[in-house]
Amino acid sequence: MRDLVILGAGTAGTMAANKLRRKLDRNDWRITVVDRDDEHHYQPGYLFVPFGRQDPAGLVRSRHAFLADGVRFVTGEVDEVQAEDSKVRLVGGQELGYDYLVIASGTSPRPSETPGMEGAAWRRSIFDFFTLDGATALREALNGFDHGRLVVHTTDIPIKCPVAPLEFSFLADAWLRDRGLRDRVEMVFATPLPGAFTKPVASSRLGNMLDERKIALEADFLVERIDPETRTLVSYDEREIAFDLLVTVPLNMGADFVARSGLGDELNYVPVDKHTLRSKAHDNVFALGDAADLPTSKAGSVAHFSVEMFVPNFLEHVAGRPMTRSFDGHANCFIESGHDKALLIDFNYDVEPLPGRFPVPRLGPLSLLEETRMNHLGKLAFQWIYWNALLPGRPIPLPTAMSMAGKHLEMQEA
Amino acid sequence: MPVTTIDGHTIHVDDEGFMTDYDEWDEQLASTLAGQIGVELTDEHWKALHFLRTDFREKGETPTLRRVSVSAGIPTKTLFALFPAKPAKKMAYVAGLPKPRGCV
Ligand SMILES: Cc1cc2nc3c(=O)[nH]c(=O)nc-3n(C[C@H](O)[C@H](O)[C@H](O)COP(=O)(O)OP(=O)(O)OC[C@H]3O[C@@H](n4cnc5c(N)ncnc54)[C@H](O)[C@@H]3O)c2cc1C
Repeated sequence: MRDLVILGAGTAGTMAANKLRRKLDRNDWRITVVDRDDEHHYQPGYLFVPFGRQDPAGLVRSRHAFLADGVRFVTGEVDEVQAEDSKVRLVGGQELGYDYLVIASGTSPRPSETPGMEGAAWRRSIFDFFTLDGATALREALNGFDHGRLVVHTTDIPIKCPVAPLEFSFLADAWLRDRGLRDRVEMVFATPLPGAFTKPVASSRLGNMLDERKIALEADFLVERIDPETRTLVSYDEREIAFDLLVTVPLNMGADFVARSGLGDELNYVPVDKHTLRSKAHDNVFALGDAADLPTSKAGSVAHFSVEMFVPNFLEHVAGRPMTRSFDGHANCFIESGHDKALLIDFNYDVEPLPGRFPVPRLGPLSLLEETRMNHLGKLAFQWIYWNALLPGRPIPLPTAMSMAGKHLEMQEA
Repeated sequence: MPVTTIDGHTIHVDDEGFMTDYDEWDEQLASTLAGQIGVELTDEHWKALHFLRTDFREKGETPTLRRVSVSAGIPTKTLFALFPAKPAKKMAYVAGLPKPRGCV
């Protein structure tokens, strides 16, 4: 009997377990998935909670109900991986030996990493929406907010869903407008990036969208500390941004057990080969989803595309054959822009987001880098697809590798 | 790739002037590159630059500010003082490494 142990039953871990259970012989393989609790959250839904458009309880389901029969689910906090001995120790002492290990423990917001963020002002004037609690608390705060300065802020990159702060800004602008409050609120978008987004074509398009909405862009802003008394963000180069209401994305870091086990980089991400997702340090360890140090977005779509590629590779690997598939970094993100419209971006390691149509060249029905109602419907439909097709590991009609067909290359900078 | 001559060195650079060939760099060139962006190199600057060079050789990638501060033990605040305004870009420029990849 061989043992495959998967750490984390989120997007990547659940998909991988379900897909592999179908392919690995039950007489030869035991599959064990570990998570600290039995609550699977649909994280993209957090975005809508502060605006009262999503009931928080509706985003949570039981983890084990989404794991296929024949997958063992263990509830417990991972304490340490002892890679030299191929075993995992849980808090409380339980040990799980493995032949192969998949680390799918994601990334999480760490407000305590920024001085002043988590003190007396936390969830009074400083909020996050990267946790369900945070998004729910922010809903109350927004309801009572009718004038002043709203600052939407990113602490440092990378973060999961890198477009989320932009989406939050666009939605807040629309929400304030609908309530007739927009003229009484000044909005600032503060980011450590040199512009609204990383890649040139998308950055300029999204930057224009901030301009059109009169949201001031404060670029290259790397926060050093927050003064909760004067309600001010202070950057390393001593710029200051005052706020009445701060919506921040705290520093995102991989799981602490990754660091304790000596498997992580400076942000606790597992260094992997970017094409096979295999650990650079251990041949029988892989990292999937946000837990890996891939140079692409940390997003559910990346988790999905990379698992599609990982499964056949893993089967080759355990059969002693070379892995023949190569992950291209494919990411695909909807960007809500307010008033029931959204944009869509599609990119990979080598090609930046470009305008065009998706998934069918020229026909769509979705439009890349353009605000449409159809894209918004696509984003909403995704929640259903997530629970009913993606997590169970059923095939969904999206290409795993990125395609250039139907994209407007002339937009790309020389 | 454009080729340029600086201080008697013929080097390959990208269109923003970042060196693209690891082996074309030496310390004398670093001092000249630093001068071009108004930085005079002290021991503290060298500590950061040597970390960047070694880390790039091992990882194949220009380290981020956070990585320099955590792994080389130089506080981010100090890096901003040493290479004002855009420390990540400026350090990479002087260390003869590719422009740091903005994460996506
Ligand atoms: C506000 C927001 C909006 C988003 N919107 C989008 C979107 O529109 N599109 C998109 O593609 N993506 C979006 N994402 C990102 C997406 O949710 C993540 O990228 C995705 O869930 C990553 O999957 P994962 O399996 O790597 O990590 P996760 O799904 O986060 O799972 C990691 C699991 O590991 C467990 N774990 C961690 N440490 C331990 C431990 N020590 N012991 C036991 N268990 C542990 C956790 O409990 C968790 O269940 C959004 C995220 C947020 C926060």
